[in-house]
Formats: sequence, structure tokens, C-alpha cells
Amino acid sequence: MQSLAPILANHPFFKGFEPRYMQLITGCASNVRFPAGSYIFREGEPASTFYIIRRGKVALEAVAAQQGSRVIQTIEDGDVLGWSWLFPPYRWHFNARTIEETRAIALDGVCLREKGEADHDFGYELVKRVALIMMERLQATRLQALDIYNVPSTEAGV
Amino acid sequence: MSTLLSDPMLPRPYQVQRVRHEIPGTFTMELEPQDGSAIPPFASGQFNMLYVFGVGEIPISISGDPDRPAPLVHTTRAVGTVSSAIQALKPGNTIGVRGPFGSHWPIEQAIGKDVVIVAGGIGLAPLRSTVYQLIARRAQYGKIALLYGARTPSDILYRHELERWRAHLDLDVYITVDHGDTSWRGSVGVVTQLIRRAAFDPRNTLAMVCGPEIMMRFTASELEKHGAPVEQIYVSMERNMKCAVGLCGHCQYGPHFVCKDGPVFQYSRVQHLLVKAEI
Repeated sequence: MQSLAPILANHPFFKGFEPRYMQLITGCASNVRFPAGSYIFREGEPASTFYIIRRGKVALEAVAAQQGSRVIQTIEDGDVLGWSWLFPPYRWHFNARTIEETRAIALDGVCLREKGEADHDFGYELVKRVALIMMERLQATRLQALDIYNVPSTEAGV
Repeated sequence: MSTLLSDPMLPRPYQVQRVRHEIPGTFTMELEPQDGSAIPPFASGQFNMLYVFGVGEIPISISGDPDRPAPLVHTTRAVGTVSSAIQALKPGNTIGVRGPFGSHWPIEQAIGKDVVIVAGGIGLAPLRSTVYQLIARRAQYGKIALLYGARTPSDILYRHELERWRAHLDLDVYITVDHGDTSWRGSVGVVTQLIRRAAFDPRNTLAMVCGPEIMMRFTASELEKHGAPVEQIYVSMERNMKCAVGLCGHCQYGPHFVCKDGPVFQYSRVQHLLVKAEI
């Protein structure tokens, strides 16, 4: 059976992490697989896991009254899924539904939090990396919110 | 006679051969010169001025294959008086054509490099000509990635062609929509997020970007973040054009005339202008 350590070490999220930290992280990791159409988590449930998507496609959905589920974003190969495990009240804010069969590495969020509390250098490094993902997602969401393709161009353009 | 025909201000009458509905409000029109003469050669990224007699004239990029200039192909979105009048034309009707005008996508410079094409919305139309040429000369390039973003699944332009291109083993095609519906099984998110999915060597890549200005700005920024040199990024600009030959000044964009110096610009030449709210 292949160790998760090299897979995690080669993932962009963990690139450059000190080897001693990678040992801590690998200790919190396990392989998971979700069939297409299943829910990895649902809004309001306790958030205790951080996922590294190895292969597949996951839709982040929000459920709105009388509008049903709306897909906000898809998370795909190489992406990370979920940061609610890091911040109180540790509950998911959206649904995560697999569009395709999805293989991932699940990292125990409680385990990571405890290790981050015990070693603040590790915890700070982890939070910086999660913050970077959050910033990128926020920027993407802002661009999405601008609805840029819905602005009629002038007729005198190309 | 030849003097008159070569006058860049004089429209030549073309006949509408075929009109194809693409997506709501957007259509592709095939045109042939009414006098049976040859269609002037064009390069990918260039545009023509299309004139509906008695209504007005607008610039529209050429979206056909430069290696097969006939028929002349334009994809247009009906957003105003002239484009709506073009949409109303039927096969057999006459339309005036001046051109081709402007700069073109630097596909010669891309030889030996990886190529990343990023298109948003109807911005795929001016890049379709380039895709045709890249496919026809595939061996001359490294990896080729086409990243396309649309508003919703029903706004995806040239859907069948995208599927055909996606079937090419040596062409990576990624499509995303800003807003998915329950039937959509593809990616949801902005087109800039596709950049990290594409395999390319950023230092040896030429990127061609076309879409709304804000999309081009964010795309260029993301490409730079991934290591692509800014001078290797090209964008296609839109501005109010009238004469198309750099005389009237309607399309002045800072020190540039979009009709003559553009529409395709090296991003580094217009980067500082793209952040200005009005110019």
C-alpha cells in the first residue's frame, strides 16, 4: 500500500512544509473515496475534516428556499476542500456533493487543530496556507459576483 | 475600379450566404462578395467593419479560418441598433464590408512555445481563428490549452466545436461557467481558476486572452502569478471605432488607436490603462 506521505508532500498546498511537520500531517491523514452523487458533507453538520481532492469533482452547493440547490463552485483534482474545521463553530457552511466519483485524502481537522495549538509554528504555517486558499476563493467569488459576461458590450467594439 | 476597391473607407457589397444561431442573441453569419471576387486574406484577431446600409457600421472580429478565407465568417452579439439590424438580415441580403483591419494574434511568435488561450463569453469568437491555425500547425507548438469561461451552460459559444476540440488528444480544453444549473456536470467558477489546471511551462508560454476587460486583467494577473512573463501575454481590446484606419480618433486609448495599433495588444502596453475607470 502506497504511503500518503509522498502524495501529501508533493501537493501544492503542503509544498515547502518542513519534513517534521509533514510527519504530523501524515499522522492525521487517511484515504477516502466517495461515489458520484454522494454528499461529502452538508451545511450545518460538524466540520472536522480537511480534504485534498486527488481525483474527481465536487460541487459546493447552497440551498436557497424555493430555488433549490445552487452550485457556487466546483472543487477538482488537486484542489483542497473545506476550512470550516479550522474556525469556530466548526460547522460546514455549504453542501459538498460529488459530481463524479471522487478520491481524496481526508485530514482529521481536530487532530490538525490540536497539533497547531501544541506547536504554534506549525499552526501558523497551516493557517497561512489556508488563508491563501481563502483569499484566492474570495477573489474568484468577487469576480463571479460581478457577473462580467452579463454586461452588454458597446456596439462599437470588436 | 481597383483604386476604388482598395479604398479602405469604401464598403464592398457582400451577400449573406448563411446565418447560424449560436446562443441567445448571438449568431454567426457567412458572407461572400456580391461580385464574385476573392475575399481579402486576413490574420486571426483582425476585424472588419460591417455596414448595414441606411442603419450604420460596426467593427466585428473575423471568426473564420484564415487558411480558408471564403466564406467570410463573423460571429456577432446583437446588443444595439446596427448589430440587431445585422441579425435581421437573411440569406440573399446585402451587407457592406470594409477590412480586414488591425493587428493580429502573434501565432508566429508562439512557434516552439506552449500556448494558453483564455476566452470569456463572446471573446471566444476572435480567438476561434487562432485555434483553427494552431490545430492546422499543431507540430510547431508545445502544449496547447484552451480555457473558456461562460456565464451559464446555455451561454457556451461554439459548444459543438469545443467538444470536437476537446477530443483532440494534443489539445487541452477546459470549460467553466460562472453559474451552473442542476444539469451541468462541468466546472463552476471563474475562468481564471482554470489556469492552475492547465499544464504549461509558464516561462516558455505565449498567452492570448479575450473577453471583458476585467476578465482579461484578472487573467493576466493570474498568468503572471503562475510565472508567465507579462510581455508574453496578449489581449484583444474593444473600443468605439468608426474609421478603422486611425484617422478619426474615436477609438483612441491612451497613446494608442485600437483600430490601427490593436485590437490585439501586448498586455504590457495597455496594462496601466486597463485599471483606469474611464479612458
